[in-house]
Amino acid sequence: MTTLKTPPARARRQTLSQIFGWPLVIGVLSTVGLIAALVGDGIWDGVSWLALLLPILLYALFLLRPRR
Amino acid sequence: MISGTRPLRRWHWVHKWSSIVCTVFMLMLCITGLPLIFHHEIDHLLHEEVDPSVVPPGTPKANLDQAVANALAKFPGQVPHFLIWDRDEPNALLISIGPTINANPVDNRFARVDAHTGAFLDSPDVTGRFTYFMLKLHTDMFAGLPGKLFLGLMGILFCVAVISGIVVYAPSMRKLRFGAYRKDRPRIVRRLDVHNLAGILLVMWTLVVGFTGVINTWADLVLKAWQYGQLAEMTAQYKGREIPAKLTPVQDAVDVARQTIPHMQAAFVAYPGSIFSSKSHYTVFMRGDTPVTSRLLKPALIDAETGKLTDSRDMPWYVSALFLSQPLHFGDYGGMPLKIIWAILDTITIVILWTGLYLWLRRRKPAASTARTSADAQRIDGQAVTS
Repeated sequence: MTTLKTPPARARRQTLSQIFGWPLVIGVLSTVGLIAALVGDGIWDGVSWLALLLPILLYALFLLRPRR
Repeated sequence: MISGTRPLRRWHWVHKWSSIVCTVFMLMLCITGLPLIFHHEIDHLLHEEVDPSVVPPGTPKANLDQAVANALAKFPGQVPHFLIWDRDEPNALLISIGPTINANPVDNRFARVDAHTGAFLDSPDVTGRFTYFMLKLHTDMFAGLPGKLFLGLMGILFCVAVISGIVVYAPSMRKLRFGAYRKDRPRIVRRLDVHNLAGILLVMWTLVVGFTGVINTWADLVLKAWQYGQLAEMTAQYKGREIPAKLTPVQDAVDVARQTIPHMQAAFVAYPGSIFSSKSHYTVFMRGDTPVTSRLLKPALIDAETGKLTDSRDMPWYVSALFLSQPLHFGDYGGMPLKIIWAILDTITIVILWTGLYLWLRRRKPAASTARTSADAQRIDGQAVTS
């Protein structure tokens, strides 16, 4: 298994930490978002909206971005 | 090829079969759940409601016994089961009324009264509503407790599918960057990319909403456990007594509860003999005022013959878990923006289910014409992943 600091788009095998790095960050932020609005109102609601909006925006971004 | 290793093949098998079994039901749940996120708004739009009077803040509330009497005047011979203060409609009070106190409260009618004047507003028959139909499909498919528990089982399979999906995501992404979408490739590859992308982005949300949904299917059992556990314990000395011939005023019961737990407000009152109380007590459920504490009810049992407090305790952990799982499933705890986010995430979940179904159907087609060996399945698997 080869480890690379900056993997090119294709062909090279990625390590598990490269595969799950971003999903882990998004998962943690989603958890924060799910809990924040339960903790309080006002700013806590805002944190919740932003954190849960992130996966939606990423989904749209990855599907709609033009090919490089 | 890494997907050829034995444990991974097993995870593929788990992902495939847990998904196949639950997908049709999950699609139904996602579709019926979508309007339910906005059930208040939809009801308001589709059905005439008599609005309670708008009053300046600090206006005293109407006497509860008068309010109940006004509602019962519209239902002669019937009895109140519950009083409910809806957090979304603070100017109205809901009164749940049944033919007798032993009648199944599922069939009760709701009367709305003005919280400040005590005047009767209306008693809509919700069973004909679009949202009611969606709710019944969503919670038990009109099949009662067995339907609920069955959907709970589907929910567990869905959680298994999500977790196994995380594992099989890895071999699929070995040679791809995070977020890769190969839009110039054949449809099956694009669907796989969408499935992987949406699935991994929504992992936490689908797991939390899925599992809290499962917990909600156990609500009836949790209630029974509480009745035979804590409630029976608190009212042990009243065991075997009948409902008092004359009840103390419900207003007094609520006042006693408020004095007992001054930092909380009344959310729900169960009349003596109803399913949430003993035969000898009013149970006044109190709630706090933060998003979390407003869900965690604390009951105060008021003797309906003497009007005195019998006991008040925090509810056991399994009831608290049920209460906390509700907002996390409904998405109703962060205003309208959170509801809209919930709806979008729900829609993307439909995409995940749909693309998953598509991938399964497409992959088994060529395999069906030849011998369906595991090597074959794997070749097709590998093609979709790497070609």
